[in-house]
Amino acid sequence: MGASVRPSFSEGLGGEQGWPEALRGRGPQAVSGILTALRRAGLWSPRRQLLLATWQALSRALGTMDAESLLLSLELASGSGQGLSPDRRASLLTSLPLVKRDYRYDRVLFWGRILGLVADYYIAQGLSEDQLAPRKTLYSLNCMEWSLLPPATEEMMAQTSVVKGRFMGDPSHEYEHTELQKINEGGKVFEEEVVVQIKEETRLVSIIDQIDKAVAIIPRGALFKTPFGPIHVNRTFEGLSLSEAKKLSSYFHFREPVQLKNKTLLEKADLDPSLDFMDSLEHDIPKGSWSIQMERGNALVVLRSLLWPGLTFFHAPRTKNCGYIYVGTG
Amino acid sequence: MEDSTSPKREKANQDPREAGQPWEEVTAASSQGLESGLSEPLELEQGLETGPQPRSPPQSPQSRASIPLDDLTGPGASYPPSPPQEASYTPSPPALARQDLAAPWQSDKTTSVNPEAGTPHFHYLEQSSDKGESTVSHTFQSEGSTFQQSQQTKHDLHGPENVNYNNSKQKELRFNIFQDEDSNSNYDLDYAEPGVSELAPSMLEITIQSAKAYLQKTSSKSGLNLYDHLSDMLAKVLDERPENAVDIIESISQDVKMGHFRKKLDTLQNENEMLPTYEIAEKQRALFLQGNLEGADQELEDEIAENALPNVMESAFYFEQAGVGLGTDETYRIFLALKQLTDTHPIQRCRFWGKILGLEMNYIVAEVEFREGEDEEDVEEEDVTEERDDADSEADEDDEDQLPRTFYKTPQAIPKEENRTGANKYVYFVCNEPGRPWVKLPSVTPAQIVTARKIKKFFTGRLDAPIISYPPFPGNESNYLRAQIARISAGTHVSPLGFYQFGEEEGEEEEEVEGRRDSFEENPDFEGIQVIDLVESLSNWVHHVQHILSQGRCNWFNPIQKSEEEEEEEDEEKEEEKGEEPDYTEQEVGPPLLTPISEDLEIQNIPPWTTRLSSNLIPQYAVAVLRSNLWPGAYAFSNGKKFENVYIGWGHKYSPDNYTPPALPPVYQEYPSGAEITEMDDPTVEEEQAFRAAQEAAVLSAEENEETEEDEEEDDYDQE
Repeated sequence: MGASVRPSFSEGLGGEQGWPEALRGRGPQAVSGILTALRRAGLWSPRRQLLLATWQALSRALGTMDAESLLLSLELASGSGQGLSPDRRASLLTSLPLVKRDYRYDRVLFWGRILGLVADYYIAQGLSEDQLAPRKTLYSLNCMEWSLLPPATEEMMAQTSVVKGRFMGDPSHEYEHTELQKINEGGKVFEEEVVVQIKEETRLVSIIDQIDKAVAIIPRGALFKTPFGPIHVNRTFEGLSLSEAKKLSSYFHFREPVQLKNKTLLEKADLDPSLDFMDSLEHDIPKGSWSIQMERGNALVVLRSLLWPGLTFFHAPRTKNCGYIYVGTG
Repeated sequence: MEDSTSPKREKANQDPREAGQPWEEVTAASSQGLESGLSEPLELEQGLETGPQPRSPPQSPQSRASIPLDDLTGPGASYPPSPPQEASYTPSPPALARQDLAAPWQSDKTTSVNPEAGTPHFHYLEQSSDKGESTVSHTFQSEGSTFQQSQQTKHDLHGPENVNYNNSKQKELRFNIFQDEDSNSNYDLDYAEPGVSELAPSMLEITIQSAKAYLQKTSSKSGLNLYDHLSDMLAKVLDERPENAVDIIESISQDVKMGHFRKKLDTLQNENEMLPTYEIAEKQRALFLQGNLEGADQELEDEIAENALPNVMESAFYFEQAGVGLGTDETYRIFLALKQLTDTHPIQRCRFWGKILGLEMNYIVAEVEFREGEDEEDVEEEDVTEERDDADSEADEDDEDQLPRTFYKTPQAIPKEENRTGANKYVYFVCNEPGRPWVKLPSVTPAQIVTARKIKKFFTGRLDAPIISYPPFPGNESNYLRAQIARISAGTHVSPLGFYQFGEEEGEEEEEVEGRRDSFEENPDFEGIQVIDLVESLSNWVHHVQHILSQGRCNWFNPIQKSEEEEEEEDEEKEEEKGEEPDYTEQEVGPPLLTPISEDLEIQNIPPWTTRLSSNLIPQYAVAVLRSNLWPGAYAFSNGKKFENVYIGWGHKYSPDNYTPPALPPVYQEYPSGAEITEMDDPTVEEEQAFRAAQEAAVLSAEENEETEEDEEEDDYDQE
């Protein structure tokens, strides 16, 4: 259903794939400039004008979505006792749009915060047009100045897996870890204690990546895969129905599928390729690592991860409102 | 006559509507009567259309449905004074007409329409209609022009005959008409060809019946039959009047079939879905209405004077500054729920303790203190639990009599603390959601606290859920919840220094008890502490809930003989519990009440508390926020004068390492192992040779001591 919207859209624009591409990341002013250019070139028709106007409206709605829905999202996620103080909220609402502009993201999501002993990390993520493309992660200590984190690598994971305990709240803090290394010297094997310095920033990157991979989720149908590959926000998504919302199979991991390829053809037979292109929570290991609750008399479904306590996902059935927030110790 | 039949006339007017119903409802007509009601007009219609008097096609379904009625009432017109018995005879003329009308239809259906076959029937039809005109002049004359009018008039004239018009009869009439016809000789006389009329009907009757029977055969797959299906389909077509119905007849058929399933599913889903929504809304409505119930102003004033209700919204506001707390909406509901609690129970003090998240439902916890002498209910409960404890110990004793005898001595059960003291100082009420009933938690026993420290389980949200764990937890989830609440309270309830002071009178009484005081009161002279000081120094915060000893009590209970197990327990829990009890076994002493939290122990280099200002942007009006690192989710705030504690979380203590259940205790020895039961190694060849040599030597020298020495050596080796 969702998939059919996109092709007809691009078809309406004259079947030229370059068009939406060219318009990406530009404001309505840019669009009107393009319109004038088109009119001059004689490539103009009322139908195209209508389509472009729709596109403009949609992009405007999309641009303001995060900032506006943040308050609502925080209210919906407040059942876990995790919120933001008024001054943090206000600064987020101010700084996130700026982040979006400066880094040219399609969407900026407020991801959550990691509680440190001295200070807390506030985390935001920037998404490009392709929603499943690797996300850029930013952190801030005061919700105003954001710094970009490097992408997580295997090496970082291995390095930081030895660190235990709480975050400090200082990105330059260095954890010391002593490990025994075997050194071969002329046929003799020595065991030597080597002190490894691990920066907290590195640990932050790897923890965020781990949490994202393990428990970032999204309801089925909120994203759809276009026939050309990229994954977009499904604007026709109207929320899960109540009976669907109570099932784990209606929620997907918000990441590149891992287990989907391992499924047999028979299992894949019922899947809709434009919607079911991610792993569902149904077969998560360990089993029972999610707690589904209906709150406010079925008006809100809340999923809490037991694997990463502190992650709360909320979705109001039959509305577009959904999202997750992580507030925890990391 | 008309006057006497007026009520019946009303019924007659209803009848067309009844007959019209099948046309309106697209349902599987289950009753035979309705089917026949349906089919008859169809047949008649068919006949009429082939007949000499073509009708104007566009007519409302209702008017068509009324055709059989017309026929039935029609004969009545010819016999105005007919008694009720005659009613069975009266329908015959129209029935005959119908039969005749059906004949051409039948022929149309079965054989292709050829003029030869058509004409006799045609003629026949004409005859019958002639006859009809002669007897019932209204019916067929008016048929061509306006049906409803004629119907109307007939109803007015001949109401009584309609009494016999019911569904079952109609069916009978349809097929058993010819016996009647035979008896009615005057109709035969009117016919030009009586022989034909007698032969054809019987054959027709059989074919119709067999055809109908075939159509009504129920499918073994779907449970439907073609007859119903066709009638449903036609009903749908006539009801909806689509363009080019013939082209879409397949999809209509499909729609009708699908309709059977959809309807039932819808009703099922709707009821299930909306029920919980309404249920909780209804319950919460009661919360909002409770204020209106108490009308008198005086009562209200009294209540305001001695109100046990805390200002939840105010604390929620301060917690919101700290970035903690449930939403405003939920907080207000909790507020109302607390009001309900204080209104229905004799409560002196009440506090919103916090929220504990569960797998299926969450717990909202209220901490209350009953008014003096109003907590007698507890006594019964205590007895029950004590009895149960006794039963447990008895069971243990019984076990001990069996063989083999165990050397394990159950450690003496440590009695639980009295209400209003120690860990049972407060009573806790929980509910799953604001509006649901408050449930009082049982008081906690030391054994529960001790075990709760060793396990880590998620709450389910059901108080009666069993706790399956190792070591086994004595009690169900309500006990576990109570134990965790006690632990969290003891660990995280803090207040600014000087807010509370020790109560003087009570303090003296308690002095004998280890020189410690466990009661305090609000300090009336408390002047408040600067917020900055509260943030900068942890020593400005003090615990105002007693520390729970590793024994599981706040006040140490001296068991007559202290077993070794407890010492071990102490060691184990040393790290876990933040307290710094001294190591001597004679008496466990925790930190006294109102000890500054700066003396709390660190957990693996992690400070137990984090303080900060709620806002760095406007520090003048910020509040001091204290976050427990030991119990993630426990917060305290103070603006210098006021303070509050809250806990919102899973009810788990923080530990840097993953949880590992305690190891099983070592297996007890069944019997002392000694030399006589220890298995010996077989002697090696060398040993044997040595032995032989030695024997020979012994024979020679008669020295036997070496042998025994060797044996002993072997024994020693084994035991090592």
